[in-house]
Amino acid sequence: MSGTLCIDGIAVPFSDGQTIIEAARSAGVYIPYLCHRPGYAPYGSCKLCTVKVNGRTNTACTLPAADGQTVISNSPDLQHDRQRITQMLFVEGNHFCPSCEKSGNCQLQAVAYHQNMLDNHYPHFYAQRELDASHPDILIDHDRCIFCNLCVRASKEKDGKEVFGIAGRGIHKRLIVNSPTGKLKDSDISVNDEAAHVCPTGAILVKRSAYLAPIGARIYDHHPISEVACEKEVIKAGEASGYPSCDQTKLAQNGGPDSHYAATMPPAPDIKHDR
Amino acid sequence: MTAKIKIATTSLAGCFGCHMSFLDIDERLLKLADIVEFDRSPLTDIEHCGPCDIGLIEGGVCNSENVHVLREFRNNCKILVAVGACAINGGLPALRNFFKLEDCLLEAYQDGIGVDNPQIPNDPELPLLLDKVRPVHEIVKIDYFMPGCPPSADVFWHYLNALIEGRDPTLPYELVHYD
Repeated sequence: MSGTLCIDGIAVPFSDGQTIIEAARSAGVYIPYLCHRPGYAPYGSCKLCTVKVNGRTNTACTLPAADGQTVISNSPDLQHDRQRITQMLFVEGNHFCPSCEKSGNCQLQAVAYHQNMLDNHYPHFYAQRELDASHPDILIDHDRCIFCNLCVRASKEKDGKEVFGIAGRGIHKRLIVNSPTGKLKDSDISVNDEAAHVCPTGAILVKRSAYLAPIGARIYDHHPISEVACEKEVIKAGEASGYPSCDQTKLAQNGGPDSHYAATMPPAPDIKHDR
Repeated sequence: MTAKIKIATTSLAGCFGCHMSFLDIDERLLKLADIVEFDRSPLTDIEHCGPCDIGLIEGGVCNSENVHVLREFRNNCKILVAVGACAINGGLPALRNFFKLEDCLLEAYQDGIGVDNPQIPNDPELPLLLDKVRPVHEIVKIDYFMPGCPPSADVFWHYLNALIEGRDPTLPYELVHYD
């Protein structure tokens, strides 16, 4: 099945089997995410990509695109929720950007920048987490783990190993390593494994690769994650996109708790202002 | 002539790097000096804060004196701004939160390499250390946050201009940095 769905007033075509987030990305429309990765099976744990589909709340990375869907992604309340989710990730772990090797290349940080997140809002946990520097080529800084499961999935699905797992629930949740000692050095991981390279934060790092790019030349220094993720200019609602815009009034007709945004929805934030 | 805007600044558990970055607005300081007057600040040596329009807080909260100073600023400043990573999330000083306070003191003043005349300072004039370093928003209400380690001079300029003109400060993408 293929067809067209409407995201924030932009008509987005999709092909058979695509989720909403995949269809959006192919069309250059950015929906924020951290646990999703192109080419990976839908997972849906971080909830950053939460959108309203025909008035109902769904994760864009798990819901298949369907013809005629009306999707709201950039409404003020969804953006507010995304910022709160990101702030919770920041206070639950220990994310000290000034001393992190991943700073400037970090998806968590970039998502926060994209939301213009200026504070962490919540009280900090200062969670006690261990560092595993045992492996000669790969380091795990558990302080920065957001439990997106990408390394778990990469190791299992892409590398054919099962190096990582998530143990515990709630606040006791933690990333564990499948080895007799629990240390990375005694596991099957190799530096060429995809699992060593998929971490969206600075939790899993390849040693001797830090600070190779100077400030100013890092991935997100000049380009918001919305541009980098879509690998082209991000489309803003109301701008010529190459795709026809869809009828905003249809949003209102679809009803749902967010229908009042249809008439008053502001344009997507201008992420390129003042540059 | 209308009264000048009053600004107070302080560095709590910080390194004064944010203050140095503030001074990096360079010749714009002269323009600023035309319209603002500094109250309590390391730049003036005024000891206590009077009624102010804007208070800039650098650093997190690591001891009892920091708490008193922060409350003094909150009581006197119409607008309180957390300046820099340490004020916002505790920053570098908060790295001690992962150790017992006693162990930190022993390492610094008694057991550490190269310590002469080992003794833990206990003069009654010294403010008592808090068990953990906390961001300022956990102690008092903060109105605005200026991220960065340090926030660049342009961030200070953006913020102060907006606040002085009575606008909500907003930062363009390239000025939002946590590092």
